[in-house]
Amino acid sequence: MTTTTVSFGERLRSGRRSSTASMVFTAVLWACMAIICAFLFFVLFTIIQQGVARLDGNLLDRQPSQIRPETAGVQSALFGTLWVIGLTAVIAVPLGIAAAVYLEEYADPKRWYNRLIELNIQNLAAVPTIIYGILVLAFVVRGPLSVGAVVLAGGVALALLILPVIIITTREALRAVPEEIRAGSLALGATPWQTTWKQVLPAAISGIATGTILSLSRAIGEAAPLILVGATTFITFNPDGVFSRYTTLPVQIYTLVPEDRDAYRDLAYATILLLIIVLLAMNAIAIWLRNRYQRRW
Amino acid sequence: MTVRQTRRSGPSASGDHFVLWQGPSVDLTQQRRRMGERVIKAFLVGAALLSVVVTVGIVVSLFAPLTEFFSHVGIGEFLFGTEWTVGFGNKASWDDKSWGVLPLVTATFVMTAIALLVAVPLGLGAAAFLSEYASPRARKILKPILEILAGIPTVAFGFIALTVVTPLLGNIFQFNGIFNMLAPGIVMGFMIVPTVASLSEDAMSAVPLALRQGSYALGANRMKTTVRVVFPAALSGIVAAIVLGISRAVGETMIVTIGAGLQPKMTLDPTQGAQAMTGFIAQIASGDAPEGSPVYYSLFAVGSLLFLLTLLINMISIRLVRKYRQAY
Repeated sequence: MTTTTVSFGERLRSGRRSSTASMVFTAVLWACMAIICAFLFFVLFTIIQQGVARLDGNLLDRQPSQIRPETAGVQSALFGTLWVIGLTAVIAVPLGIAAAVYLEEYADPKRWYNRLIELNIQNLAAVPTIIYGILVLAFVVRGPLSVGAVVLAGGVALALLILPVIIITTREALRAVPEEIRAGSLALGATPWQTTWKQVLPAAISGIATGTILSLSRAIGEAAPLILVGATTFITFNPDGVFSRYTTLPVQIYTLVPEDRDAYRDLAYATILLLIIVLLAMNAIAIWLRNRYQRRW
Repeated sequence: MTVRQTRRSGPSASGDHFVLWQGPSVDLTQQRRRMGERVIKAFLVGAALLSVVVTVGIVVSLFAPLTEFFSHVGIGEFLFGTEWTVGFGNKASWDDKSWGVLPLVTATFVMTAIALLVAVPLGLGAAAFLSEYASPRARKILKPILEILAGIPTVAFGFIALTVVTPLLGNIFQFNGIFNMLAPGIVMGFMIVPTVASLSEDAMSAVPLALRQGSYALGANRMKTTVRVVFPAALSGIVAAIVLGISRAVGETMIVTIGAGLQPKMTLDPTQGAQAMTGFIAQIASGDAPEGSPVYYSLFAVGSLLFLLTLLINMISIRLVRKYRQAY
């Protein structure tokens, strides 16, 4: 009996009919990735090149000025951002984690009301950010609460904005904790809450922290809802509490747009650069946390 | 999570032989009420219900002022009128203005369409590359690039559209003017690339390896496997990613406000500036709109329309994923 040896290897690897098409396709995919990278570097390069000249001590030390943009700073906006984001974190983080714990650890997903909450959160995550501004304008700035255009209103707006994102990322982190840990804890006699608090949450903490930091960094860069809740006023003092008037860095950049003197443009780019540095630092912390503490079960 | 089980079985009573003894007869049903547990659970439920309260709040805050608005403006006039002159004329008067919202809607859709022309090919290309072609090392470098792009504040994108991209495009396509829809559209496209790319990549990565191996075994190369096997299998996730990208583009405020200007104009010409729906809301909010004035009410009318549009788009996306999701 004769054996026929067919050598597949070579043909399978290279000699196919449509090898040109295949090469073009690969090249197109590479090009897509290259264009995206090129755009990102173009954006970062532009911001650094235009902004680095005014990224000096004056920017951090001085208050905004309509007379001398050459030496003006953005200190009130910087402190405003810190106040607003601090308040956002205080409101959104506990509430977001609590909601996620309920949906993931306690809720029966077959019940209609739990499904409603879930669908509702999915929808909220896609609501345009400016709509949150209208909501807070109607209920907090005016209407029932009437606190006026103060830090509290900005913090509430951003907190409601990032709440769905925190809930979704926390649920993913909780879902990654294996069922055996819960079962083991319950079998040892721990109550549901003891299991959640002492076993599940610590096991999921790195995922929760990463998601929280990323959503807070999204809130820092957000300007649209704050325009509606009064951050556009010209402020030259640092806020000293949650009931103080305020402005934030992104809104400060937005208010510089209509000015057409070069000095204003430089100031705006320097402010953007400052904002980007803060955001990249937060992103770096999140990525580091993820790589350092991520556990695979 | 509570354990509710009772085991009551000792030696078999019926027969004269013994079955395996199944443990002592213990009732594991909860013996006492734990108040702490209940309080905590109530707090957790409350936090979850807050999201429903927020939705109700959004609906009430948007729709309550509409009765006043539509008592002065006809619904047909608002939805189908082709002229929007709300920002002009006497601040307190309802009669000297045109209330047709179509110019704002067309501007929003022209810029969204431009953004999609940029974001869909680039996003899908990047997703296919990351999921099917890239080595783990390349993925490790390239994915953070998408994350950084997603993290750049939109106000910075808007500023770049206005001060860098517009002059560049003006030179290429020979148009003058500070504001146009092309530059913000393109920049907005890059803004939604990370959304489209990372969600589509998730969908493609979720396609089981067995399908690819089967395709290779039949002699298909990598391109054919990607285009004819992975892509169709991941289609529902990809469509959902694109739809989510659309809703982000429709709701995006800063880029279109800064880049496309504040002039409501009914035009499909992307080299002209035209105000979008979000742009109008931002303009009214940062200018002075005295509470109770016609302009103030128009803010809620445009906001409601925007909310309903994005809600519709999002429901379509959720429906698509549910309907066509293939579980492997």
